[in-house]
Amino acid sequence: MYDVAVIGAGVTGGLIARTLSAYDLKIVILEKENDVAMGATKANSAIVHAGFDAKEGSNKAKFNVLGSKMMAKVCAQLGVKYKNNGSLVIGFNEEDEKTVKELYERGIKNGVERLEILDKEGVKKIEPNISDNVTCALYAPTGAIVCPYELTVAAIGNAMDNGAELKRNFKVLSITKKDDSYEIKSENEKVFAKYVVNAAGLFADEIASMVGDNSFKIHPRRGEYILLDKECGSIVSHTIFRTPSKMGKGILVSPTVDGNLLTGPTSVDMEDKNDNTTTSEGFSKIIKETLEDVPSVPFNKSITSFCGLRAASDIGDFIINSPKENFINVAGIESPGLTSAPAIGLHIADMLKELGLTLNKKENYNPERKPMHYFKEASIEEKNEIIKKDKSFGKIICRCETVTEGEIKEAIRTNPKPLDLDGVKRRTRAQMGRCQGGFCMPYIVELLAKELGIKYEEVTKMGGNSLVNVSKTKEDK
Amino acid sequence: MKKCFTCIVCPLGCDLEVTLENDKVVSVTGNTCPRGKVYAETECTSPTRTITSTIKCEDGSLVCVKTDRPIAKDKIFECMKIINAKKACLPINIGDVIIEDVFGANIVATSNAK
Amino acid sequence: MTDLVIIGGGPAGMSAAVAAYESGIKDILILERDSSLGGILQQCIHNGFGLHKFKEELTGPEYAWKYEKRVRELNIPFKLNTMVLDISKDKVITATNEDEGIIKIEAKAIILAMGCRERPKGALNIAGTRPAGIFSAGTAQKFVNMKGYMPGKEVVILGSGDIGLIMARRMTLEGARVKAVCELMPYSGGLARNIQQCLNDFDIPLKLSHTVVEIHGKERLEGVTIAKVDENRRPIEETKEFIKCDTLLLSVGLIPENELTLSAGIGLDRITNGAKVDQGRQTEIEGIFACGNVLHVHDLVDFVSEEAEIAGISAADYILGKSKEKVNVTLKTDGKIRYTVPQIITENKDCKVYFRVADVYKNCKVKVLKDGEEVYSKKKVKVAPGEMETVTVTKDMILGAKELEFMLEV
Repeated sequence: MYDVAVIGAGVTGGLIARTLSAYDLKIVILEKENDVAMGATKANSAIVHAGFDAKEGSNKAKFNVLGSKMMAKVCAQLGVKYKNNGSLVIGFNEEDEKTVKELYERGIKNGVERLEILDKEGVKKIEPNISDNVTCALYAPTGAIVCPYELTVAAIGNAMDNGAELKRNFKVLSITKKDDSYEIKSENEKVFAKYVVNAAGLFADEIASMVGDNSFKIHPRRGEYILLDKECGSIVSHTIFRTPSKMGKGILVSPTVDGNLLTGPTSVDMEDKNDNTTTSEGFSKIIKETLEDVPSVPFNKSITSFCGLRAASDIGDFIINSPKENFINVAGIESPGLTSAPAIGLHIADMLKELGLTLNKKENYNPERKPMHYFKEASIEEKNEIIKKDKSFGKIICRCETVTEGEIKEAIRTNPKPLDLDGVKRRTRAQMGRCQGGFCMPYIVELLAKELGIKYEEVTKMGGNSLVNVSKTKEDK
Repeated sequence: MKKCFTCIVCPLGCDLEVTLENDKVVSVTGNTCPRGKVYAETECTSPTRTITSTIKCEDGSLVCVKTDRPIAKDKIFECMKIINAKKACLPINIGDVIIEDVFGANIVATSNAK
Repeated sequence: MTDLVIIGGGPAGMSAAVAAYESGIKDILILERDSSLGGILQQCIHNGFGLHKFKEELTGPEYAWKYEKRVRELNIPFKLNTMVLDISKDKVITATNEDEGIIKIEAKAIILAMGCRERPKGALNIAGTRPAGIFSAGTAQKFVNMKGYMPGKEVVILGSGDIGLIMARRMTLEGARVKAVCELMPYSGGLARNIQQCLNDFDIPLKLSHTVVEIHGKERLEGVTIAKVDENRRPIEETKEFIKCDTLLLSVGLIPENELTLSAGIGLDRITNGAKVDQGRQTEIEGIFACGNVLHVHDLVDFVSEEAEIAGISAADYILGKSKEKVNVTLKTDGKIRYTVPQIITENKDCKVYFRVADVYKNCKVKVLKDGEEVYSKKKVKVAPGEMETVTVTKDMILGAKELEFMLEV
């Protein structure tokens, strides 16, 4: 019997589990995919929003501002890269200027610190590559960037290091209230938990309805992105948003913590929660709008494109409530969900306490996690010390991102262990550079097979039927 | 009758034009060297190809192989069956014959294996 | 201090090493990141190499072995599994391997011979899903030829570069079914002989002016939508066609791998994506040379070896301090000729200039203008972007020139 079952291993579920793992609790995280961070967490703008966007008094505003203030410390504890690069909302005309002013005032009311309105010269001074047509901008020095899946892997890894369990490929099919607990069933397993936290992202409405709560609906909203080579990572240093208009929020241009340039997202309401396809219309829109904002972005240097589905609710705000006894919804966590996650984690712990869960601090709780990228940042002397102990740290596997065999092996042995190629990619960045695994994929398949004790041809890209190779050559027939 | 095809003898890839009378080659044009003419004649009468592939060694590793001369084009897949069924003994040096007389050619190693 | 450090032990690196040795430099070190010498040739098990250089038809590993044997005979030192991380302007190399950790090597001269890599799918922005089963052709080649695994059974290939064509045949021989090769351009980027022996021999359709517009399949690839493109290379809606397949191979171009060149502060030619070099393949930094596919993508390894010999010899001359008759001639192109290598000539001696054209042209003339005046003209029946051409520029043409313009009269 678990004290708490968290359904969904995204950034929200991850930070809830991590917060709870500080207490003497038996925690299980249930994830339907082969890895953590596989839903909206995997593909979003990777922005720590300052907090001027959400309407004052909303859950979004509250958790955004709180989360934004917590993020640097959380990342430091978890050894996750975080960069306080600041953000700009740029405007091109009088109407934009009006909106920028409104955002400024809303930000002040929400408690965002150090906001500033810049004129054209002010903008060009800090971002010379922005279009000459810019007339003004809202400057938020507290805006930052973080890698959402790195944060989630680290949060869940830290929760696991502190005793939480992760069950993958556990697709919840039913939740039944028993006397003092819930019975949660997947196709071939069941677990019992006293409290259930529904952080199931796109599928949170379906999970809620399993306990009879039909008060909200989640619909997927497609967001496509194009990622560019590191060569382009310094074209802008701040996160550049467009002034929101009747036409929507528009796309952003931002460096990533890993030094690439990210452009997107599109925003299209969808029906199918599984349809994360990119479209040529989407690409055209991203390219057109990016070039309007930052004309020098070279799209021939794009290295990949992807699509995320945001979990938008019909309520319009984050849904954080307890519709049934000992059951908590954390649903509709669209932007600024990443920013809000640490604050939501704390809030859920409080809610559980109010619902009667005893929270006793764990004696040996360790809030810290070894950084996943420590080797990369070490000095040559430190690196040589590490190589002396384990020589595989001297062998480069991924040439584009300079990832060593030692780092990959270590990642495969570290909670939450990656079970597939994409899992290794998200943890080590191997295959994430400009050749996108062209050289190193065959080696990583070999390392995964060896470390996991499976056959070469059983290695998958992302679990399920996503086999990399389908058979041996020269097969005995 | 005229037949046109690309010469595969060397990377130049000449466009050959062959004139045939009663299935016999009367003339070849478009070739830049005498080997092209020979190729054109064979290609029209009994086309041949060199096969390259790999053979599994006893320890599960692979050694690269080729036919040491071209074999009949219509025997390619039969040749592959023979190659696929073979297990080679180690060590192997470049040039070692791995299988003798497959449709008139030997299968020889093109890489070393220890 | 090492006289000459060569980065890369593929065909370019080995050939440069042998040439430098034979020109009098004995203190040489080759740094190779893979577990054997030979570079990409090790996985190119097909034949067709060496006709120019050795007058015989060799497979990739056989061609590599000819040079490796020579390197071993001459006792030229090499380090395997050693990856160079950085090169500084003053020729200090930082490298790493399992046994020595991170090491620094000072060199009198460096030859860059890192080769090239394939353009990935990301560069194309194809719409749709991102399932397993999409590989660059070279990755598939590694799986099939080196590891002994089949990445799929029903294959569509995008791009008709030579590696794509070669893999069409390899996959077919190993039991896969190649359903189509799509090429965005109205002509193939590969050698004509490969279209014959890799596609036509097996009735594999080559669809020119076609591209993949959408990728289908959630976990493993289930199919692709292809379409014909108009003259602006935009897909034509009515021509869309679904092809069921479990594998998509990409052979959409090669990019010289110049991270280290850039780390040394050497700028790149925008067209070749390699360093700008003189006739001896010396880059803008004295004592740093470049050759092979890291300099510009070659279609034949024979030409790589030839170019690497030039670099090896001139690196030796540089180390030995040999004097030369200096000139300063810039080579220009007219656009129809996309680029030349070298880009400048600094020594007055006969010089073979390699170049590539931008499109397929028939019955044209290659001309060289010396400061505006024609000094060379040669008729060509056909030139194509996939096939490198050469002109030997003589001392007479160089003498007194400021600029030599290479142009194509159509």
